[in-house]
Amino acid sequence: MTTLSQSPLFGVGITVIAYVLGLALRKRIAWAHPLFICAGTLILFLTLANISYEDYRQGGDLIIFFLQPATVALGVPLYKHSHAIRRQWRGIVAAVLVGAVVGLASSAGIVWLLGGSRDLIISTMPKSVTAPIALELSQMLGGERELTAVLTVLTGLVGSMFGPWVLKRVGVRSDESIGAAIGTASHGIGTARIIRDSELQGAVGGVSMALCGIATAIFTIPLYYWLR
Amino acid sequence: MRGLAILLAFSLLGLMLQELTGVPLPGNVIGLVLFSICLFAGWIKLHWVEPTANFLLRHLMLLFAPFVVGTMAHWDTMRDNWPAVLGSVVGGTMIVLISSGWTSQALRRENA
Repeated sequence: MTTLSQSPLFGVGITVIAYVLGLALRKRIAWAHPLFICAGTLILFLTLANISYEDYRQGGDLIIFFLQPATVALGVPLYKHSHAIRRQWRGIVAAVLVGAVVGLASSAGIVWLLGGSRDLIISTMPKSVTAPIALELSQMLGGERELTAVLTVLTGLVGSMFGPWVLKRVGVRSDESIGAAIGTASHGIGTARIIRDSELQGAVGGVSMALCGIATAIFTIPLYYWLR
Repeated sequence: MRGLAILLAFSLLGLMLQELTGVPLPGNVIGLVLFSICLFAGWIKLHWVEPTANFLLRHLMLLFAPFVVGTMAHWDTMRDNWPAVLGSVVGGTMIVLISSGWTSQALRRENA
């Protein structure tokens, strides 16, 4: 049994199966979120079966690998919807800049108000940005990479679960604006959710996510000197 | 398969450039930029890559699943700091979401 759970086939197999179950559930229940169900089921299963995360990673890492070509693949919706993106470029760029600043400030502010340690405050700040950039920024500012990784993933998940609904409630209805907001606030995981609804939303999400990463990195530079 | 080869080629290219130049961007984002340029320039035809790209993007959530599962390895830290984690992850994200969304919507250009 131990050897089985350590095989890549195990990790890949249970993940894909859980994901397909998540998709199937979404067909029946409109508000079901496939990623939440998939990951939730896996966490439950691994915990109950007493299988370590390290064992799961043998397969998990193989799945994560495909994010490499998938990131490049974002160029396709970008190309197909370049006209719409170019038309709304002011709104998209502004949303990204606002989001980058608000992201850094609100994360730090909320954690500070709720009594978080300095480590936690710093580690929280880059959480809206796509993971590879967030980890680098966290390290640069003296935060904990592992903690930032968790916060980044949860941010993406929360944004992807509730984002579209919240945005419609506050009057943000256009595809480009939804894409820009979700891409800025919840990066890749948010984009993964909206691209299933609308290729345009996904395209703008991808662009916003990349731009927000860059913007946040730039805004972090003065922070770096201030915090030292 | 050709589509996958092209996407992987650009990922690889981006990674190489990142290591060579030390640009503070992830390799695959660099690859994305180069790939997009090639698409716009017509050096890469859409139908070469579209099926593979569409498949990967349709199932992007699957590719993130192991990361979400990974948060369980940090259960202790989350539990110890749960107000701050909850507040920033939920509250902070919503603040960013709404402020970005409103900004974009406000600057929206309609018509011609």
